[in-house]
Amino acid sequence: MTEAYIRALVIAELGNIAPETDAATIDPNADLREALDIDSLDFLNFVTAVHKKLGVNVPESDYAKLLTIKGAVAYLLAKAV
Amino acid sequence: MAEFRMPSLGADMEAGTLVEWLKQPGDAVHRGDIVAVVETDKGAIEVEIFMDGVMGKQLVAPETTVPVGTPLAVIEGAKEEAPQAPPPKAKAAEAPRPSAPPKAAPKGAPLPEGAVRASPAARSLAAVRHIALDTLKGTGPDGAIVLADVEKALSGAAAPAAAPTPAARPKGLDTDKMRRAIAAAMAKSKREIPHYYLSTAIDMSRAEAWLAETNAPRAPDTRLLPAALMLKAVALAARKYPKFNGFYNEPDGFVAADGVHIGTAIAIRGGGLVSPAIHDCDKLGLDAMMTKLRDLAARAREGRLRSSELTDPTITVSSLGERGVESLYGIIYPPQVAIVGFGKVTPRPVAIDGKIEVRPMMTTTLAADHRATDGHLGSLFLNEIAALLQGPEKL
Repeated sequence: MTEAYIRALVIAELGNIAPETDAATIDPNADLREALDIDSLDFLNFVTAVHKKLGVNVPESDYAKLLTIKGAVAYLLAKAV
Repeated sequence: MAEFRMPSLGADMEAGTLVEWLKQPGDAVHRGDIVAVVETDKGAIEVEIFMDGVMGKQLVAPETTVPVGTPLAVIEGAKEEAPQAPPPKAKAAEAPRPSAPPKAAPKGAPLPEGAVRASPAARSLAAVRHIALDTLKGTGPDGAIVLADVEKALSGAAAPAAAPTPAARPKGLDTDKMRRAIAAAMAKSKREIPHYYLSTAIDMSRAEAWLAETNAPRAPDTRLLPAALMLKAVALAARKYPKFNGFYNEPDGFVAADGVHIGTAIAIRGGGLVSPAIHDCDKLGLDAMMTKLRDLAARAREGRLRSSELTDPTITVSSLGERGVESLYGIIYPPQVAIVGFGKVTPRPVAIDGKIEVRPMMTTTLAADHRATDGHLGSLFLNEIAALLQGPEKL
Protein backbone atom coordinates (compact mmCIF):
# COMPACT_ATOMS: atom_id res chain seq x y z
CA MET A 1 0.00 0.00 0.00
CA THR A 2 1.60 3.25 -1.09
CA GLU A 3 1.83 6.55 0.74
CA ALA A 4 0.04 8.25 -2.15
CA TYR A 5 -2.88 5.83 -1.88
CA ILE A 6 -3.22 6.33 1.86
CA ARG A 7 -2.95 10.10 1.52
CA ALA A 8 -5.71 10.10 -1.09
CA LEU A 9 -7.87 7.91 1.12
CA VAL A 10 -7.30 10.12 4.18
CA ILE A 11 -8.21 13.23 2.22
CA ALA A 12 -11.27 11.56 0.70
CA GLU A 13 -12.56 10.41 4.09
CA LEU A 14 -11.95 13.80 5.67
CA GLY A 15 -13.82 15.30 2.73
CA ASN A 16 -16.77 13.04 3.43
CA ILE A 17 -16.81 14.08 7.08
CA ALA A 18 -16.26 17.81 6.60
CA PRO A 19 -17.31 18.59 3.00
CA GLU A 20 -17.30 22.34 3.65
CA THR A 21 -13.49 22.43 3.43
CA ASP A 22 -11.18 20.92 0.84
CA ALA A 23 -8.92 18.69 2.93
CA ALA A 24 -6.45 18.49 0.06
CA THR A 25 -5.59 22.16 0.43
CA ILE A 26 -4.93 22.34 4.16
CA ASP A 27 -1.48 22.35 5.72
CA PRO A 28 -0.47 18.70 6.30
CA ASN A 29 0.84 19.74 9.70
CA ALA A 30 -2.33 21.59 10.72
CA ASP A 31 -4.46 20.30 13.58
CA LEU A 32 -7.45 18.72 11.82
CA ARG A 33 -9.82 19.70 14.62
CA GLU A 34 -9.18 23.35 13.90
CA ALA A 35 -8.48 23.22 10.17
CA LEU A 36 -11.69 21.31 9.41
CA ASP A 37 -13.72 22.32 12.47
CA ILE A 38 -14.34 18.71 13.39
CA ASP A 39 -15.35 17.39 16.80
CA SER A 40 -14.84 14.08 18.59
CA LEU A 41 -17.81 12.51 16.83
CA ASP A 42 -16.39 13.51 13.44
CA PHE A 43 -13.00 12.15 14.44
CA LEU A 44 -14.55 8.87 15.57
CA ASN A 45 -16.26 8.65 12.19
CA PHE A 46 -12.89 9.23 10.51
CA VAL A 47 -11.24 6.48 12.58
CA THR A 48 -14.19 4.21 11.82
CA ALA A 49 -13.83 4.87 8.09
CA VAL A 50 -10.11 4.11 7.96
CA HIS A 51 -10.73 0.94 9.95
CA LYS A 52 -13.25 -0.21 7.37
CA LYS A 53 -11.17 0.82 4.37
CA LEU A 54 -7.69 -0.19 5.54
CA GLY A 55 -8.37 -2.65 8.34
CA VAL A 56 -6.35 -0.52 10.76
CA ASN A 57 -7.98 -0.43 14.19
CA VAL A 58 -6.69 2.77 15.79
CA PRO A 59 -6.86 2.55 19.60
CA GLU A 60 -8.00 5.62 21.49
CA SER A 61 -4.53 5.94 22.96
CA ASP A 62 -3.18 6.60 19.44
CA TYR A 63 -5.77 9.21 18.40
CA ALA A 64 -3.30 12.03 18.98
CA LYS A 65 -1.03 10.59 16.31
CA LEU A 66 -3.71 11.14 13.67
CA LEU A 67 -4.53 14.75 14.40
CA THR A 68 -2.70 16.01 11.30
CA ILE A 69 -2.82 14.71 7.75
CA LYS A 70 0.93 14.12 7.86
CA GLY A 71 0.63 12.20 11.13
CA ALA A 72 -2.37 10.19 9.95
CA VAL A 73 -0.67 9.16 6.70
CA ALA A 74 2.51 8.13 8.50
CA TYR A 75 0.61 6.17 11.14
CA LEU A 76 -1.63 4.36 8.70
CA LEU A 77 1.25 3.61 6.32
CA ALA A 78 3.09 1.92 9.16
CA LYS A 79 0.05 -0.08 10.30
CA ALA A 80 -1.66 -0.98 7.02
CA VAL A 81 -0.93 -4.41 5.62
CA MET B 1 -61.35 12.14 7.20
CA ALA B 2 -58.74 14.46 8.66
CA GLU B 3 -56.32 17.11 7.51
CA PHE B 4 -52.56 16.92 7.55
CA ARG B 5 -51.27 20.42 8.29
CA MET B 6 -48.05 22.39 8.00
CA PRO B 7 -46.44 21.71 11.39
CA SER B 8 -44.76 24.20 13.65
CA LEU B 9 -41.13 23.09 13.88
CA GLY B 10 -40.05 25.57 16.52
CA ALA B 11 -41.14 28.57 18.50
CA ASP B 12 -39.83 30.88 15.80
CA MET B 13 -41.41 29.22 12.75
CA GLU B 14 -44.37 30.93 11.10
CA ALA B 15 -44.32 29.34 7.64
CA GLY B 16 -42.65 26.56 5.70
CA THR B 17 -42.11 25.59 2.08
CA LEU B 18 -43.37 22.22 0.95
CA VAL B 19 -40.45 20.69 -0.92
CA GLU B 20 -41.88 17.36 -1.95
CA TRP B 21 -44.47 14.74 -1.13
CA LEU B 22 -43.05 11.36 -0.14
CA LYS B 23 -46.51 9.73 -0.17
CA GLN B 24 -48.90 9.94 -3.07
CA PRO B 25 -52.73 9.90 -3.13
CA GLY B 26 -53.87 6.35 -2.47
CA ASP B 27 -50.81 5.42 -0.41
CA ALA B 28 -51.46 4.03 3.07
CA VAL B 29 -49.93 6.16 5.83
CA HIS B 30 -49.22 5.15 9.38
CA ARG B 31 -48.37 7.06 12.52
CA GLY B 32 -44.67 7.97 12.37
CA ASP B 33 -44.36 7.72 8.58
CA ILE B 34 -42.43 10.47 6.84
CA VAL B 35 -44.85 11.88 4.30
CA ALA B 36 -43.31 15.15 3.13
CA VAL B 37 -40.23 17.30 3.16
CA VAL B 38 -40.56 20.91 4.31
CA GLU B 39 -37.90 23.57 3.94
CA THR B 40 -37.39 25.71 7.05
CA ASP B 41 -34.67 27.90 8.50
CA LYS B 42 -33.19 24.72 9.93
CA GLY B 43 -32.89 23.01 6.58
CA ALA B 44 -35.02 20.46 4.74
CA ILE B 45 -37.06 18.69 7.40
CA GLU B 46 -38.68 15.31 6.92
CA VAL B 47 -42.21 15.69 8.27
CA GLU B 48 -43.88 12.77 9.99
CA ILE B 49 -47.59 12.14 10.22
CA PHE B 50 -49.30 11.19 13.46
CA MET B 51 -52.37 9.30 12.27
CA ASP B 52 -53.25 6.19 10.30
CA GLY B 53 -55.18 6.38 7.03
CA VAL B 54 -54.81 6.79 3.30
CA MET B 55 -53.30 9.81 1.60
CA GLY B 56 -56.12 11.67 -0.09
CA LYS B 57 -56.12 14.88 -2.07
CA GLN B 58 -52.96 16.93 -1.72
CA LEU B 59 -53.95 20.56 -1.24
CA VAL B 60 -50.53 22.18 -1.55
CA ALA B 61 -48.08 21.66 -4.39
CA PRO B 62 -44.30 21.42 -4.01
CA GLU B 63 -42.39 24.71 -3.94
CA THR B 64 -45.30 26.42 -2.15
CA THR B 65 -44.76 28.39 1.06
CA VAL B 66 -47.69 28.33 3.47
CA PRO B 67 -48.23 29.43 7.10
CA VAL B 68 -48.00 27.00 9.98
CA GLY B 69 -51.34 25.23 10.41
CA THR B 70 -52.31 25.29 6.73
CA PRO B 71 -53.97 22.04 5.59
CA LEU B 72 -51.52 20.29 3.27
CA ALA B 73 -53.50 17.16 2.45
CA VAL B 74 -56.62 15.21 3.26
CA ILE B 75 -56.10 11.89 5.03
CA GLU B 76 -58.94 9.49 4.29
CA GLY B 77 -60.15 7.15 6.97
CA ALA B 78 -58.39 9.00 9.76
CA LYS B 79 -59.68 10.93 12.70
CA GLU B 80 -58.56 14.52 13.15
CA GLU B 81 -54.97 14.17 14.23
CA ALA B 82 -53.45 15.22 17.48
CA PRO B 83 -51.42 18.36 17.04
CA GLN B 84 -48.29 17.56 15.07
CA ALA B 85 -46.40 19.93 17.28
CA PRO B 86 -46.79 19.22 20.99
CA PRO B 87 -49.29 21.42 22.79
CA PRO B 88 -46.61 23.46 24.58
CA LYS B 89 -45.53 24.97 21.28
CA ALA B 90 -47.94 27.84 21.66
CA LYS B 91 -46.62 29.58 18.58
CA ALA B 92 -48.43 27.12 16.36
CA ALA B 93 -51.76 28.24 17.69
CA GLU B 94 -50.82 31.87 17.31
CA ALA B 95 -49.74 31.54 13.72
CA PRO B 96 -52.14 32.87 11.11
CA ARG B 97 -54.31 30.27 9.48
CA PRO B 98 -55.93 30.70 6.09
CA SER B 99 -59.68 30.69 5.91
CA ALA B 100 -59.60 28.13 3.13
CA PRO B 101 -57.03 25.71 1.82
CA PRO B 102 -54.73 27.52 -0.58
CA LYS B 103 -54.98 26.72 -4.24
CA ALA B 104 -52.30 24.55 -5.67
CA ALA B 105 -49.33 26.62 -6.60
CA PRO B 106 -48.23 26.92 -10.18
CA LYS B 107 -45.36 24.78 -11.22
CA GLY B 108 -41.90 26.20 -10.82
CA ALA B 109 -40.53 28.70 -13.27
CA PRO B 110 -38.72 27.31 -16.28
CA LEU B 111 -35.18 26.36 -15.50
CA PRO B 112 -32.19 27.72 -17.35
CA GLU B 113 -30.97 25.50 -20.14
CA GLY B 114 -28.83 22.71 -18.77
CA ALA B 115 -30.06 23.12 -15.19
CA VAL B 116 -31.31 20.09 -13.30
CA ARG B 117 -34.71 20.26 -11.64
CA ALA B 118 -34.36 18.77 -8.16
CA SER B 119 -35.83 19.27 -4.73
CA PRO B 120 -33.72 20.96 -2.03
CA ALA B 121 -33.67 17.75 -0.01
CA ALA B 122 -32.42 15.82 -3.01
CA ARG B 123 -29.79 18.47 -3.72
CA SER B 124 -28.68 18.47 -0.11
CA LEU B 125 -28.24 14.71 0.10
CA ALA B 126 -26.62 14.52 -3.33
CA ALA B 127 -24.15 17.21 -2.32
CA VAL B 128 -23.15 15.51 0.89
CA ARG B 129 -22.84 12.09 -0.73
CA HIS B 130 -21.19 13.42 -3.87
CA ILE B 131 -23.82 12.27 -6.34
CA ALA B 132 -24.00 14.24 -9.59
CA LEU B 133 -27.63 15.19 -10.08
CA ASP B 134 -27.37 15.21 -13.85
CA THR B 135 -26.60 11.48 -13.78
CA LEU B 136 -29.93 10.63 -12.13
CA LYS B 137 -33.37 10.05 -13.57
CA GLY B 138 -36.00 12.04 -11.72
CA THR B 139 -39.35 10.55 -10.75
CA GLY B 140 -40.89 13.73 -9.33
CA PRO B 141 -43.17 16.25 -11.02
CA ASP B 142 -41.92 17.17 -14.49
CA GLY B 143 -39.09 14.69 -14.04
CA ALA B 144 -37.67 16.51 -11.03
CA ILE B 145 -35.16 14.58 -8.98
CA VAL B 146 -36.58 13.93 -5.53
CA LEU B 147 -35.06 12.56 -2.35
CA ALA B 148 -36.03 8.98 -3.18
CA ASP B 149 -34.12 9.17 -6.45
CA VAL B 150 -30.90 10.11 -4.69
CA GLU B 151 -31.40 7.46 -2.02
CA LYS B 152 -31.99 4.87 -4.72
CA ALA B 153 -28.78 5.90 -6.44
CA LEU B 154 -26.90 5.71 -3.16
CA SER B 155 -28.14 2.22 -2.44
CA GLY B 156 -26.28 0.95 -5.48
CA ALA B 157 -23.43 3.41 -5.59
CA ALA B 158 -19.83 2.53 -4.84
CA ALA B 159 -17.86 4.66 -2.40
CA PRO B 160 -16.35 7.70 -4.08
CA ALA B 161 -12.72 7.38 -4.96
CA ALA B 162 -12.05 10.88 -3.78
CA ALA B 163 -13.99 13.76 -2.32
CA PRO B 164 -14.95 16.43 -4.82
CA THR B 165 -13.71 19.93 -4.39
CA PRO B 166 -15.83 22.25 -2.28
CA ALA B 167 -16.63 24.31 -5.34
CA ALA B 168 -18.56 21.32 -6.70
CA ARG B 169 -20.71 21.02 -3.58
CA PRO B 170 -23.97 22.92 -3.50
CA LYS B 171 -24.82 24.52 -0.20
CA GLY B 172 -26.82 22.16 1.99
CA LEU B 173 -28.01 24.56 4.67
CA ASP B 174 -28.75 28.25 4.55
CA THR B 175 -26.75 29.41 7.54
CA ASP B 176 -27.95 33.00 7.12
CA LYS B 177 -31.56 31.90 7.54
CA MET B 178 -30.55 29.69 10.42
CA ARG B 179 -28.81 32.65 12.08
CA ARG B 180 -32.00 34.70 11.84
CA ALA B 181 -33.99 31.85 13.40
CA ILE B 182 -31.50 31.53 16.25
CA ALA B 183 -31.61 35.28 16.77
CA ALA B 184 -35.40 35.26 17.03
CA ALA B 185 -35.52 32.34 19.45
CA MET B 186 -32.72 33.58 21.68
CA ALA B 187 -34.04 37.14 21.78
CA LYS B 188 -37.45 35.80 22.79
CA SER B 189 -35.80 33.71 25.49
CA LYS B 190 -33.80 36.58 26.95
CA ARG B 191 -36.81 38.87 26.74
CA GLU B 192 -39.31 36.55 28.41
CA ILE B 193 -37.48 33.98 30.53
CA PRO B 194 -35.97 34.99 33.88
CA HIS B 195 -32.88 32.80 33.80
CA TYR B 196 -30.90 31.77 36.84
CA TYR B 197 -27.52 30.10 36.59
CA LEU B 198 -25.73 27.50 38.68
CA SER B 199 -22.49 25.59 38.23
CA THR B 200 -20.65 22.71 39.80
CA ALA B 201 -17.36 20.92 39.15
CA ILE B 202 -17.74 17.20 38.46
CA ASP B 203 -14.93 14.70 39.00
CA MET B 204 -14.70 12.76 35.73
CA SER B 205 -11.97 10.30 36.76
CA ARG B 206 -14.34 7.35 37.11
CA ALA B 207 -16.18 8.17 33.89
CA GLU B 208 -12.93 8.52 31.93
CA ALA B 209 -11.45 5.31 33.33
CA TRP B 210 -14.63 3.35 32.62
CA LEU B 211 -14.82 4.70 29.07
CA ALA B 212 -11.18 3.82 28.37
CA GLU B 213 -11.68 0.29 29.68
CA THR B 214 -14.96 -0.17 27.81
CA ASN B 215 -13.66 1.15 24.51
CA ALA B 216 -10.30 -0.64 24.52
CA PRO B 217 -11.54 -3.96 23.06
CA ARG B 218 -14.08 -2.34 20.77
CA ALA B 219 -13.80 -1.54 17.08
CA PRO B 220 -14.18 2.20 16.34
CA ASP B 221 -17.75 1.90 15.10
CA THR B 222 -18.95 0.67 18.50
CA ARG B 223 -16.94 2.97 20.76
CA LEU B 224 -18.61 5.35 23.17
CA LEU B 225 -17.94 9.04 23.58
CA PRO B 226 -18.24 10.97 26.86
CA ALA B 227 -21.26 12.71 25.34
CA ALA B 228 -23.27 9.50 25.65
CA LEU B 229 -22.63 9.38 29.39
CA MET B 230 -23.47 13.06 29.83
CA LEU B 231 -26.73 12.78 27.91
CA LYS B 232 -27.81 9.73 29.87
CA ALA B 233 -26.93 11.35 33.19
CA VAL B 234 -28.95 14.45 32.33
CA ALA B 235 -31.85 12.30 31.18
CA LEU B 236 -31.98 10.31 34.39
CA ALA B 237 -31.66 13.49 36.47
CA ALA B 238 -34.47 15.09 34.47
CA ARG B 239 -36.67 12.08 35.11
CA LYS B 240 -35.99 12.37 38.83
CA TYR B 241 -36.53 16.15 38.81
CA PRO B 242 -39.31 16.59 36.23
CA LYS B 243 -39.64 20.33 36.84
CA PHE B 244 -36.63 20.80 34.58
CA ASN B 245 -38.15 18.65 31.84
CA GLY B 246 -41.11 20.37 30.23
CA PHE B 247 -42.51 23.64 29.01
CA TYR B 248 -43.61 26.99 30.36
CA ASN B 249 -46.36 28.88 28.58
CA GLU B 250 -48.70 31.65 29.62
CA PRO B 251 -51.28 31.44 31.06
CA ASP B 252 -50.99 27.80 32.06
CA GLY B 253 -47.54 27.96 33.57
CA PHE B 254 -45.25 24.94 33.71
CA VAL B 255 -46.35 21.62 32.25
CA ALA B 256 -44.09 18.60 32.72
CA ALA B 257 -43.31 16.59 29.59
CA ASP B 258 -44.40 12.99 29.18
CA GLY B 259 -40.98 11.78 28.09
CA VAL B 260 -37.36 12.88 28.36
CA HIS B 261 -36.37 14.04 24.89
CA ILE B 262 -33.03 15.82 25.06
CA GLY B 263 -32.36 18.56 22.55
CA THR B 264 -28.73 17.95 21.65
CA ALA B 265 -26.91 21.07 20.50
CA ILE B 266 -25.05 20.35 17.26
CA ALA B 267 -22.87 23.01 15.68
CA ILE B 268 -23.13 23.46 11.95
CA ARG B 269 -19.74 24.04 10.36
CA GLY B 270 -19.67 27.46 8.80
CA GLY B 271 -22.03 28.84 11.44
CA GLY B 272 -25.32 27.92 12.96
CA LEU B 273 -26.71 25.52 15.49
CA VAL B 274 -29.55 23.05 15.77
CA SER B 275 -30.74 21.16 18.85
CA PRO B 276 -32.77 18.19 17.63
CA ALA B 277 -34.22 15.70 20.09
CA ILE B 278 -32.95 12.29 20.99
CA HIS B 279 -36.22 10.73 22.09
CA ASP B 280 -36.66 8.88 25.38
CA CYS B 281 -33.04 9.36 26.41
CA ASP B 282 -33.72 8.04 29.90
CA LYS B 283 -34.67 4.66 28.44
CA LEU B 284 -31.73 4.28 26.05
CA GLY B 285 -28.65 2.24 26.78
CA LEU B 286 -25.31 3.91 26.06
CA ASP B 287 -24.76 1.98 22.82
CA ALA B 288 -28.18 3.00 21.54
CA MET B 289 -27.47 6.57 22.64
CA MET B 290 -24.27 6.60 20.56
CA THR B 291 -26.08 5.23 17.53
CA LYS B 292 -28.74 7.92 17.85
CA LEU B 293 -26.14 10.63 18.37
CA ARG B 294 -24.13 9.63 15.30
CA ASP B 295 -27.23 9.46 13.14
CA LEU B 296 -28.60 12.74 14.43
CA ALA B 297 -25.36 14.67 13.95
CA ALA B 298 -24.94 13.37 10.41
CA ARG B 299 -28.49 14.27 9.42
CA ALA B 300 -28.36 17.65 11.14
CA ARG B 301 -25.33 18.60 9.07
CA GLU B 302 -26.94 17.30 5.90
CA GLY B 303 -30.09 19.31 6.62
CA ARG B 304 -32.17 16.13 6.89
CA LEU B 305 -33.81 16.29 10.31
CA ARG B 306 -37.32 15.02 11.04
CA SER B 307 -40.15 17.17 12.27
CA SER B 308 -40.52 15.40 15.60
CA GLU B 309 -36.84 15.93 16.31
CA LEU B 310 -37.35 19.69 16.12
CA THR B 311 -40.66 19.88 17.98
CA ASP B 312 -40.10 17.39 20.77
CA PRO B 313 -37.07 18.49 22.87
CA THR B 314 -38.03 18.82 26.51
CA ILE B 315 -34.64 20.01 27.82
CA THR B 316 -31.40 20.94 26.04
CA VAL B 317 -27.80 19.83 26.53
CA SER B 318 -24.87 21.75 25.07
CA SER B 319 -21.15 21.09 25.28
CA LEU B 320 -18.21 23.23 24.22
CA GLY B 321 -15.56 21.36 26.16
CA GLU B 322 -13.88 20.07 23.03
CA ARG B 323 -13.33 23.64 21.93
CA GLY B 324 -11.44 24.38 25.11
CA VAL B 325 -14.26 26.19 26.87
CA GLU B 326 -14.22 25.59 30.61
CA SER B 327 -17.78 26.64 31.37
CA LEU B 328 -20.84 27.29 29.25
CA TYR B 329 -23.94 29.14 30.43
CA GLY B 330 -26.69 28.45 27.92
CA ILE B 331 -29.77 30.37 26.87
CA ILE B 332 -32.98 28.40 27.31
CA TYR B 333 -34.81 27.44 24.10
CA PRO B 334 -38.42 28.47 24.72
CA PRO B 335 -40.77 27.10 25.84
CA GLN B 336 -38.33 24.71 27.52
CA VAL B 337 -37.24 25.60 31.05
CA ALA B 338 -33.66 24.37 31.32
CA ILE B 339 -30.39 23.91 29.48
CA VAL B 340 -27.38 22.02 30.83
CA GLY B 341 -23.89 23.02 29.72
CA PHE B 342 -20.76 20.87 29.84
CA GLY B 343 -17.28 22.38 29.74
CA LYS B 344 -13.81 21.04 29.11
CA VAL B 345 -12.42 18.26 31.28
CA THR B 346 -9.24 19.67 32.78
CA PRO B 347 -6.84 18.36 35.41
CA ARG B 348 -7.34 20.46 38.54
CA PRO B 349 -6.12 20.23 42.12
CA VAL B 350 -8.94 19.20 44.42
CA ALA B 351 -9.12 18.36 48.11
CA ILE B 352 -9.85 14.64 48.66
CA ASP B 353 -10.07 13.51 52.30
CA GLY B 354 -7.92 16.42 53.39
CA LYS B 355 -5.26 15.88 50.73
CA ILE B 356 -4.65 17.67 47.48
CA GLU B 357 -5.03 15.49 44.40
CA VAL B 358 -5.13 16.29 40.72
CA ARG B 359 -8.35 15.06 39.15
CA PRO B 360 -9.98 15.50 35.71
CA MET B 361 -12.71 18.01 36.50
CA MET B 362 -15.55 19.25 34.33
CA THR B 363 -17.56 22.36 35.05
CA THR B 364 -21.24 21.65 34.53
CA THR B 365 -23.80 24.43 34.46
CA LEU B 366 -27.52 24.81 34.60
CA ALA B 367 -29.47 27.72 33.17
CA ALA B 368 -33.07 27.38 34.31
CA ASP B 369 -36.34 29.30 34.17
CA HIS B 370 -37.04 30.94 37.53
CA ARG B 371 -40.77 30.85 36.79
CA ALA B 372 -40.62 27.05 36.91
CA THR B 373 -37.98 26.31 39.55
CA ASP B 374 -35.71 27.89 42.14
CA GLY B 375 -32.00 27.60 42.71
CA HIS B 376 -32.43 25.08 45.52
CA LEU B 377 -34.05 22.54 43.23
CA GLY B 378 -31.54 23.46 40.55
CA SER B 379 -28.69 22.55 42.86
CA LEU B 380 -30.26 19.16 43.59
CA PHE B 381 -30.65 18.57 39.86
CA LEU B 382 -26.99 19.41 39.18
CA ASN B 383 -25.84 17.28 42.10
CA GLU B 384 -27.82 14.36 40.71
CA ILE B 385 -26.00 14.68 37.37
CA ALA B 386 -22.68 14.70 39.20
CA ALA B 387 -23.64 11.64 41.26
CA LEU B 388 -24.76 9.70 38.21
CA LEU B 389 -21.45 10.34 36.45
CA GLN B 390 -19.67 8.70 39.40
CA GLY B 391 -21.28 5.39 38.42
CA PRO B 392 -20.88 5.22 34.63
CA GLU B 393 -21.34 1.47 34.57
CA LYS B 394 -24.90 1.94 35.80
CA LEU B 395 -25.90 4.44 33.12
